[in-house]
Amino acid sequence: MRNAFAEEMTRVAATDKRVVVLSGDIGNKLFDKLRVVDEKRFYNCGIAEANMMGVAAGMALSGLRPFVYTITPFTTTRCFEQIRVDVCYHHAPVVIVGTGSGLSYSELGPTHHSLEDMAILRTLPGMRVVAPCDASELRQVLHEVLKDDSPTYIRIGKKGEADIHSSLPELKLGKVLVVRPGTDVALLCAGNMMSETLMAAVILAKSGVSAEVVSFHTVKPLDVDYLHQASKRFNLLVTVEEHSRIGGFSSAVAEWRMVQPQSSNQLAFGTDDVFMHEVGSQAYARKKYGLTADNIAASTLRVLRAPS
Amino acid sequence: MLTKDTSKLSGLAALLRARIIETSSKTGTPHLGSCLSCVDILTALYFGVLRIDTNNPRAAGRDRCILSKGHGAMGLFHVLAERGFYPLSKLDTYGEDGGVFAEHPPTPDHLAGIEAATGSLGHGLPLGLGMALAGRIQDQTFNVYAVLGDGECNEGSVWEAAMLAAAQKVSNICVIIDFNKWQATGRSREIMALDPLAEKWRAFGWNAVEVDGHNFDELLQALEKFPNAIGQPTAIVAHTVKGKGASFMEDDNNWHYRIPTAEEVIKSKLELGVSL
Repeated sequence: MRNAFAEEMTRVAATDKRVVVLSGDIGNKLFDKLRVVDEKRFYNCGIAEANMMGVAAGMALSGLRPFVYTITPFTTTRCFEQIRVDVCYHHAPVVIVGTGSGLSYSELGPTHHSLEDMAILRTLPGMRVVAPCDASELRQVLHEVLKDDSPTYIRIGKKGEADIHSSLPELKLGKVLVVRPGTDVALLCAGNMMSETLMAAVILAKSGVSAEVVSFHTVKPLDVDYLHQASKRFNLLVTVEEHSRIGGFSSAVAEWRMVQPQSSNQLAFGTDDVFMHEVGSQAYARKKYGLTADNIAASTLRVLRAPS
Repeated sequence: MLTKDTSKLSGLAALLRARIIETSSKTGTPHLGSCLSCVDILTALYFGVLRIDTNNPRAAGRDRCILSKGHGAMGLFHVLAERGFYPLSKLDTYGEDGGVFAEHPPTPDHLAGIEAATGSLGHGLPLGLGMALAGRIQDQTFNVYAVLGDGECNEGSVWEAAMLAAAQKVSNICVIIDFNKWQATGRSREIMALDPLAEKWRAFGWNAVEVDGHNFDELLQALEKFPNAIGQPTAIVAHTVKGKGASFMEDDNNWHYRIPTAEEVIKSKLELGVSL
């Protein structure tokens, strides 16, 4: 996703003169082509994220459309107050891009994990929270965010994510994309867990369960139209995210269910309320938290088959 | 509208001080000492320097001024009224439920003349730097001014912005530090190692000068030398007195939170030579 981001940003910047990219001292050479487009519209703001976010807000208040890019914890939790006051209070059209989200940087330890970012940014008035599942969704998102003056947070992985969509239907923020239609259960995924979620659907199919797989690329605003019709069609909604089960996508769905007169049950897959103190790859970390196709399929099956 | 006549500016500053003290008394608004120390700085900027149009407050090429020490809002609100962004009578609603005049500036969408909502310290300079860079990107020639408190220089984000501004040779940004020697609970040079303040800005690559922040000749001279010809950002360390204008408030940090009585308002007005 990282390379797709740099490549697509170069296109976006070439066509929209308002676009500026601010980087927090990462992506060495990643933005070389962007700099060729216009040297004046790329800034390495150093390892100083609080300032970078304020600078972006100042630019946005002057009519520009800055994209702020660095590793997720540093562009979210590190400078949360600047996002809250400078960006959201002013409703400044800043686009915050967090790279290496979730457990993408698993080996780097919890300082570089981001399992709280959607939770905290979702609380800010006016902030959109977007978690594309693959590079092709991300590319469309980068164009879509510019059609509106709201601040946006885009949560992306790092590199090597599988392409999910072979041909992508038109992506609209706040409207889900159904990746695989089904009739028995809905597997709703926000972000980079899509490959595992699709594999879970394949495993479920072997047990005779038809699972609908949905990309909830926009966590805020939530696609409540889809949730309304899904809760009529399915007894169980399964939410999947590489993020804490506190406050993220599963919470957003649960909050929606809470105010419905009737709605489906929910099964949530996300990380536990602990820091990971041992070393491990992303695959190891996912397994630890039950974020595998096998576990998603088996747990879903157990719930579906439990006597009500 | 703009004037370099220092006696006119002094008269205006005295009038503004009297109004600020009266508003504090009537509405129970604190931070009076902090408001009074920067009245001359704001007066010099808004009536002597800033290229702004009250009929078109969002004009693309306007100069920007951010009161980064947002707790000085009561002073800024009076300055903006006197400058003509809204009638003085609008301030009768100060502090009322449902109004816009809080203890800190609202967003530009909610009050004409405001460039940024401040109140949390250490935000105004990064915001101002973003605006200054936007000017460069958009080929505009406006200047950006950020008024900071000395206590505010405790915040790390101030120095993050200082380093980036110097690295990017952003010459169209000017920081003015209202160096009144106090912060909420004590002497600013004792709570954190603030001194030597001007030297610190120089060490960060800024063109720094020190002035008497209550002397309009010195303030205007320093402001006229900005922008610096060699591409440095400018810092004006303005030595001020907290509570300036009312003898019984001056350099007394109790006035960070104290509210003047009706009698104290009268006493202040007499000292300021403003009619009762």
